[in-house]
Amino acid sequence: MRPSELARGEEALRDALPPERRKPADPALSRLVVEGVRREYGPVRALDGVGLAVEPGELLTILGPSGSGKTTLLKVIAGFETPETGSVLLGGEDITAVPPARRNIGMVFQNYALFPHMTAAQNIAFPLEMRGMARTEIDREVVRALDLVALGGLGERLPRQLSGGQQQRVALARAVVFNPRLLLLDEPFGALDRKLREAMQLEVRRLQRRLGLTTIFITHDQEEALVISDRVAVMRAGRIEQVGRPPEIYERPANSFVAEFVGESNLLFGTVGARKGDDLEIGTEDALTVIARGEAPAGARVGMLVRPERLIPGEAGRGTVNLFRGRVLETVYVGSSHKFRIRLDGGRELLVRAPAMAERGAPAVGDGIAVRFAPEDVHLFRQE
Amino acid sequence: MAAAAEIARAGSGHRARIERRRQMLTASLSLPALALLILLFALPVLRLMGLSIEAGTLQWYQKALSESLYLQVFWATFRIAAIVTAVSFLLSYPVAYLLATTSRVWAALGFVFIVLPLWTSILVRTYAWMVLLGRNGVFNKILIDLGLTDQPIGLLYNELGVVIGMVHVLMPYMVLPIYSAMKRIDPSLIQAAEGLGAPGSRIFLRIFLPLTAPGIYAGCVLVFVLSLGFFITPALLGGGHVMMIAVLIEQQVHEALNWEFAGALATVLLVATLAIYGLTRGLMRGAAEESA
Repeated sequence: MRPSELARGEEALRDALPPERRKPADPALSRLVVEGVRREYGPVRALDGVGLAVEPGELLTILGPSGSGKTTLLKVIAGFETPETGSVLLGGEDITAVPPARRNIGMVFQNYALFPHMTAAQNIAFPLEMRGMARTEIDREVVRALDLVALGGLGERLPRQLSGGQQQRVALARAVVFNPRLLLLDEPFGALDRKLREAMQLEVRRLQRRLGLTTIFITHDQEEALVISDRVAVMRAGRIEQVGRPPEIYERPANSFVAEFVGESNLLFGTVGARKGDDLEIGTEDALTVIARGEAPAGARVGMLVRPERLIPGEAGRGTVNLFRGRVLETVYVGSSHKFRIRLDGGRELLVRAPAMAERGAPAVGDGIAVRFAPEDVHLFRQE
Repeated sequence: MAAAAEIARAGSGHRARIERRRQMLTASLSLPALALLILLFALPVLRLMGLSIEAGTLQWYQKALSESLYLQVFWATFRIAAIVTAVSFLLSYPVAYLLATTSRVWAALGFVFIVLPLWTSILVRTYAWMVLLGRNGVFNKILIDLGLTDQPIGLLYNELGVVIGMVHVLMPYMVLPIYSAMKRIDPSLIQAAEGLGAPGSRIFLRIFLPLTAPGIYAGCVLVFVLSLGFFITPALLGGGHVMMIAVLIEQQVHEALNWEFAGALATVLLVATLAIYGLTRGLMRGAAEESA
């Protein structure tokens, strides 16, 4: 996130918070750097040399399938796991050996980890009590935190008397009430239904911006990652595959894993042939010729990504490149759009996503169909 | 339309009948066990209680509750039960913690040591303690060899010996419920507390201990109630010098042949036990609601 974006929306909060709760004078104190972290469980290499930098006030999402090491990385940052090699630096200070209790990092656990024998208010007061804050001050802060997550009046309830979404808010309030240097969120919305999850995503994002909290968010849900993040780090098998802003991750994935994991994709692999102006002529494995914009030496093996929404159904005028004909295998109506799976005459299957058409205008299964895409809608990446 | 609704109603009524019948059938499976319990347990107890008021007066209750000799026995019984419960708790909590946190292999081994005594006759264990605690027993030998005392100290035939023996016999009943309460604690709660800045001692006092309270309560009630009615261990290790209520009842039955008085004593013990159970349960509930 750029600093100008960051500053927006914080003014109101500055006025709402007492002086001691304002962001640290030096925001650089919450800059997180992870360097060369390795962690093994027996033969399993959970983290295989992970490096990462999170800028102050930024929300960075670690996105990856289960078993990719994202939770282990979070535990290393929180201090619940010690890496075999590598270090964790917060605000320039090496905290690799600092126990969790002294890291001043707020964390929301996957299952919230609310203390079941304490009320919402007591849960939120806990970190403040541990910091030796005066009772009257604690009470004031707790009320403020409850209001912050829109739970005013529910402070006396036990966790089991709250709904999943409300428990989530208590966990969030507890994690931010002590003004941590870093906020960690471990798949916090996994247990919520879709509507509530989407609402919570936006709410967490608003809260994070208002408080200017440097935040690391963990999820396996690529859509969630795109919605909520300033930047996304995609993980696979203990390594970070790519770090970038959501549009970069979606439009220009670094490799086929990222391309397939984030969003729906048509992946083609081929060899670069002749150059035609700005474009390259690429012969694919299934004997198609694709014109793509980009730079690559002739003879190079490349992967090509064309997102389904970049495929345009229908014939076009003369001179159109990347026009392919085939038959509709399957149609899926998703309300706002239509998805087609089509098989090209050569046997290759493609996924097409088009804005929803009037029902009688839409192609049916078995119909012949033509699709095309512009050379600049092809994303080239080096084939591993 | 009406006919269809009628059929549907009749159908659901039929289903409900079938459901009821199935439930009764399931319940009837417990009848043999229930009959056995009534015949061999409930009836004799009621018969003994009945004996105490057979004369049509409450004279035996009057005797039990007014003569200081018997009141002292009640007092000693409850005092010893309380001491045994407290000592068992203090010894069992660390043991349970060790079992709950150690590796699976060590936990399995630990369990063998906890459960093995339960498979051994209580008589054997009590006689073993007599050997260990006697004037020339292992403990006194060690104490003398270490120069801690030059005269053997009395470990047997007094309250100390009784408490030692009872704690040994009853500890598994304390360890197991506490262990299971500890195992139920979600490890992420401990991590959460740590991450929120709590040092180990605070995590223990504010999170771990309160969350094991139900196990502590269950273990304490179990040990306390079992202690109140304990017979063999106090009879043998007390050697007639420690009079607990069960020993007194046995004397009334076997030596004094006063079944009426024994029935009255047994009834008083039962009522007192139930009263204490009800009271602590109420307190426990109150505490739970207070924190709610």
